[in-house]
Order: sequence, then C-alpha cells, then structure tokens
Amino acid sequence: MTAHNCEACPAHAQLSQMGLRMDRFDRVVALAGNPNTGKSTLFNALTGLKQHTGNWPGKTVTRAEGGFQFGGLRYKLVDLPGTYSLLSASHDEEVARDFLLFGRPDCTIVVADATALERNLNLVLQVLEITDQAVLAVNLMDEAKRKGVEVDVRSLSRDLGIPAVPVIARTGEGLHGLLASVQGVIAGEIETHPRRPTGTKEFDAAIAELVPLIDAVAPGVPNARWIAIRLLDGDGRVERALETGELAALVARQQRPDDRFSRKIALQGAQ
Amino acid sequence: MNAANPPFPGDAKPLVARDTASDRSVARQAAVEAAGATLANRPDPVSVIRRAEELRRGLTGNFRDEAVSSIYAEAERISRRVVRHGDTDPALDWDQRIDRIVTSPILGLPLMLVILAVVFWLTIAGANVPSAMLASGFFWFEDRAAALFDTAGAPWWLTGFIWHGVFRGLAWVVSVMLPPMAIFFPLFTILEDLGYLPRVAFNLDFLFRRAGAHGKQALTMAMGFGCNAAGVIATRVIDSPRERLVAILTNNFVPCNGRFPTLIMLATIFVAASFPPVVASIAAAGAVVGVVVLGVGFTLLMSWLLSRTVLKGEASAFTLELPPYRRPGVARILYTSLIDRTLFVLWRAILTAAPAGAVIWLLRNIHLGGASLATYSANALAPLGHAIGLDGVILLAYVIAIPANEIVVPTMLMVYMGGGLMTEMESMSDLRALLVGQHGWTMLTAVNLMLFALLHNPCATTIITIYKETLSKRWAALGALMPLVLAFLVTFLTATVARLLGWV
Repeated sequence: MTAHNCEACPAHAQLSQMGLRMDRFDRVVALAGNPNTGKSTLFNALTGLKQHTGNWPGKTVTRAEGGFQFGGLRYKLVDLPGTYSLLSASHDEEVARDFLLFGRPDCTIVVADATALERNLNLVLQVLEITDQAVLAVNLMDEAKRKGVEVDVRSLSRDLGIPAVPVIARTGEGLHGLLASVQGVIAGEIETHPRRPTGTKEFDAAIAELVPLIDAVAPGVPNARWIAIRLLDGDGRVERALETGELAALVARQQRPDDRFSRKIALQGAQ
Repeated sequence: MNAANPPFPGDAKPLVARDTASDRSVARQAAVEAAGATLANRPDPVSVIRRAEELRRGLTGNFRDEAVSSIYAEAERISRRVVRHGDTDPALDWDQRIDRIVTSPILGLPLMLVILAVVFWLTIAGANVPSAMLASGFFWFEDRAAALFDTAGAPWWLTGFIWHGVFRGLAWVVSVMLPPMAIFFPLFTILEDLGYLPRVAFNLDFLFRRAGAHGKQALTMAMGFGCNAAGVIATRVIDSPRERLVAILTNNFVPCNGRFPTLIMLATIFVAASFPPVVASIAAAGAVVGVVVLGVGFTLLMSWLLSRTVLKGEASAFTLELPPYRRPGVARILYTSLIDRTLFVLWRAILTAAPAGAVIWLLRNIHLGGASLATYSANALAPLGHAIGLDGVILLAYVIAIPANEIVVPTMLMVYMGGGLMTEMESMSDLRALLVGQHGWTMLTAVNLMLFALLHNPCATTIITIYKETLSKRWAALGALMPLVLAFLVTFLTATVARLLGWV
C-alpha cells in the first residue's frame, strides 16, 4: 500500500510508448486532476504523443486517448480535462466526471500539483469517494523544490490509503515508480484503503437503501453510490438521466474511443 | 443553514422534518417492499427518485454542506501533516513581482498592446522577403512546367487547368500563408507556454464583465487568433450556457490565421507604402494591431448586445488561476507551432486552394457570349461590392473562399490577373501597382476590405463547429449571419461617409 520508488529496482518492466496504437489493450487508465497540473504533459511522456499542452487552466477540453506498454501489458491512457470538483457543471469538467464515474477505468491516476497540494487534495478525496483503484501522482516536484515546498509523499500515501508517487512529468522522472504502482493496484498486489470521510448514520442508511434500488433500475451502472448521493442531494440532471434511461447511454458512450475527435482538435491549429 | 440555501421541499414542513426512528423504519420497510415489487416487474426510476426525495426529508442538518466541509477539513488536515514550507524563495517572489506589472491596472493593458504589436511586427517584417521569394520560385516553376507541357504537345486546356489553375492556387496560398504562420505560431506558443494567456484574461475581465460576458471569454478569444474553430471548441471552459453561447457567437471577431495574410498584405501595400522604408513595417504592424483592437472592440460590443437581447443575463463570477510562469520547452514549442499548427493550417489551406484554383480557371475560361463566367459573376456582384466600398471581384473571391478564409487573397489576385502576368508579381509594389493602377483600388477599398475581412462570416469549418458545439441549427445560422450582416453594415457606413465627405 505504500508507494514504491522503483527507480532502484531491477528494470524488469520497461515502458514503451505506443502512441495511437491502442486497438488491443488490456487495461484502461484515466488521468484526472485539477486544471494545469500537468496531466497532458504526463500523457505525452507516457504515450509518446504530442497532445497540446499549455500553461493555462482549461487547455484540454476533451478526452484524448493514447497507448503505452508496461510490464507486458498494454494500457489505454485517457487524458481528461482538468476539474476542481466532481460536482461542477462546465462542459469540459463534465467530460472528466462522466469518464471517471462511468468509464470504468481499471485505475485512475490523480495528478496533483505539489506546490498547491491542499487544494488538489479536495479532488483527490472526491475521486476516492467513487473508486478504490487510484494512484496519486504528485507532479511538479521540481517546482515545489524551487519554491521551498517539501512534500512528505510517504505520509501522504499513508493518510490517503493509496500509493502516492513523486513525479516530474516534464523530465519523465518518477514515471517508472508511478507505473509500477498502477500495475500493483490493478493486479491487487497493492491494497488500497482509501480515506473516506463518513457521513451521519441517517445519511449512510439512506445511501445503503438507495444503492440496491439504483442497481435495479439501471443494472450495470458503476458508482450507484455516487448516484444515490446525487439523488439525495436533489440533482435534477441525475434525476433526469435516471428517468430517461440516459444513464445507460452515458455508460455506453464512455466505452467508445474519443480519439478521433480529440485528435482532430489537438491538431486544429490553435487548440 | 436553511435560510442561506433554498430549502428542500420537506424542510419547510416541521411535521415531516421532525421524523422519528419509527417513521423511518416504516418508510424503509415500504421501500424494501417497493424494491421487491419493482424488481419483479420493470424497475421504475420515478419511484426511486420519489423515494430519494422522501429520504432527503428525513436527513437532519444540511448533509451536503457537511459532506463538502468534511472533505475540505480532511484535505487541510492531510496537507498540514505532509507539506512543509521552507523559506520564501526568490522564484515565487519573481512571479509576484512580474505579475504586479503584467496585471497592473495601469500598465497591464498597454503592455498587452505592446506585446501584440511586437508579435505582429516580427511577423510582418520577417515574412515579407520569404513570401516574395517563395512566390517567384513557384511561378518560375509554373512557367517551366507549363512550357514543358506545351512542347510535349499537351492540349492548352490541360496545361492551363493543371498549371495555371490548380498549381497556381496552391502556389499563392503557400507563399502568402506559410511565412507569416511560421513566425506567428511559435511566438504565440511561447506566450501560451509562459503562462501569459490567463494574465490577458485577468486584464480584460472588467471589460467582459461589463459586456455581460464571462471573463474566460478572453481565453477563448485568444485561441481564436490561431483558428476560430479551435476558439469555439475552447469555450467549453465556460460553465454558464448563456455566456458560452455569447463566446461562441462572437469568437469570429478576432481574425484567425487564415485572415491575417489578408490584413498583412493590405497593411503592407497600403499603409506601409505611405511611410519611409525604415518605419514601414512598424506602421504596417500598427495597422494590424489597430484592426485586432477593433476586433476586440466588436467582440465586446456584440457580447454586450447579445447579453441585452437574445441572451439576456448578467456576467457570472469565476475564479481563474494565474499559473506560475514556466520556461517554455524549445523542442515542444517548435513541434506544437510548426508541425501541429503551421503545417496543419497550411494543409487545410492547400486542400481548399487546389479546387479553388481549378474553379477560378474554369470560371475564367468558360465563355458565354463573349464574356467569361468570372466576368459575368463579378459584374453581377459589382453593384453590391461598390455600395460597400469594394468591388465585384472581391465579393466573388469571398464567395469562392467560404470553405476557408485563407484563399481569399489568392483567389482575388487570380481573378484580377487573368492570364500569364503572374511571374511579374515579385514584390509588394508590383501588387500595389496592379490593384491601384489597373483595378482602381483606393484607400477606401483597402480599409473596407480590412474591415470586411475582420467582420464577415466565419469559414465553413467554424460554422460546422458552432453547430457541433451547440447542436442547434439556429445558433449556427446566427453565428454565420450576424457577422455577415455586421460586415455589410459597417463597410456600407464607412463607404457612404467617405463618399459624402468626398474622400474618394
């Protein structure tokens, strides 16, 4: 459950970038995180693609997908637009939320900015509410060092209950350790115990009651728990999605590759 | 807490809110039965939603606020444990010091204009010579190739169609567009990677807010300089649907890279020509900056109008992070700007220029009763063109160039030039002589063409993108027609005023 720093391990697993070749993949990994934390830079470092990056929040507005191979497995990596919260309403953030909730990634890498960890942790904790399969990449470690910010990644990992790995996406430092953790989490070799703030007794009871109902209404929908919370909160859009059966379509849509459109945009001149 | 938040339906009725344990257990029993029943039949979403509403009334306190604040508290607790801040470091200091100047209320805007002017000056000054060299190289090749075809005995129409039609269209597009783009895009990408764009948004926020638009529209507007279609897609960062529509519909008012060559050419041959050579390119850059500022003005004006009419509403608040300044990576800048942006846009231009070249050649060479189709259509458009200070050929070029704005200038020149005059066009002064001397261009033509290039309808790609992003034919139609009507109105006004005052 602790983070492996595999820089010193024998190189039994090599990363090879597969670019857009992802017709056959064994695992799906999502990249989530606050805006401007370097998700696209990490995406490029892992896949060898040239997704546009830029130093401003809001650069990525659609999903981009690429492939890489690590430890004998082929991975599809999904780069998501940055989001501060899973409750937000703008279209780009919806893209990220829908994939995290309904895209069934085998593992989610949450990318956090080491220089602004507290704000980033809000999203990390929200992601941990909906999945056990997560790894935290503490990015921009070099910038943090320059700013005199020190992050105790080992304690962070223990507090969150998921592996936390320091990385510098720009130079590729720490990627090996990150992927080893992802691999371990997916294979179940690294057990995660995500930190989840618990609600009141009534709240937990209400959730416990709603979850089976939702499973019955929309069989196969991942994260019935999240939907239950949204229903309790009176989220009109989730209510409508459940009523019209749009939820099932949403789940199906997440399985479709999105690279056709996003690639076109990535190349569309100035995106 | 209920006073601050709109209460849930149940909160207002004390009888329901004050439920007891026994009430709840009865209710839960009912729900379990209901679940059993629905599982047996078809599960019914409406009953689940109703059940959720009932449960919500049974919840004490504001559980939503509690959930959010427990996450915040947890994040704060963890980060206090694991993050240690050292001494204040010089880098952060620098960031703040720079930001104090770059986003200062007094210096912020002028500094932006200076940066913009420098970017355009570098683009214009640097692109002039390579453009002329490319043009003469291509036309030298066209001449030789056509001569080769002639000696090989190819029919005149084949030689003409391929070399004086398709190839010539390509040659013009490449030589007019490639040099400015190859300079502009890297400069733009450097500014982007440095982290300057959010600062621009910060500086312009008060203007957009007054126009009833979203402050992030400044970001999407900046993307529009590269490509309006990309700018329209970038509006996804705006969460309010109303403000997003405002941003989509007005993105067209910043000139995209396809339209810059038109502006640069006009600035060079009409504005720069009236200044001594030393400051000519500075004057040209100033003219282009002026047009861009005018475009930003129209963006704000139309946003304001839309916010007062079809898209009524106030501007919403938002937070914008000012990321730290980061040193741009040279390799990535070059890749992003040259391979992805420049070559991509150029490729798109080439794809539309080749058929456009063919169409023009056909229009010029298919004759009906003594005049070519090109002459016919240009003559038909001439009255309208004259009314707005342009002419029929320019309008014809705009009709042919609907798929891509990039080919307006090449199309226009090809229609004007007719036969084999092309190889003589080796410098901008030749161009000026052609336009002013043979086709009666005046300063009004140049100014109005700049205005028309700035304001007219977006290219087909952008219109399709507007449709894809809004999923509404009506908004797509408005996005196309509003700028077109505005372009005609403004140019008609300037032409009328100029003529009334006897300037032309």
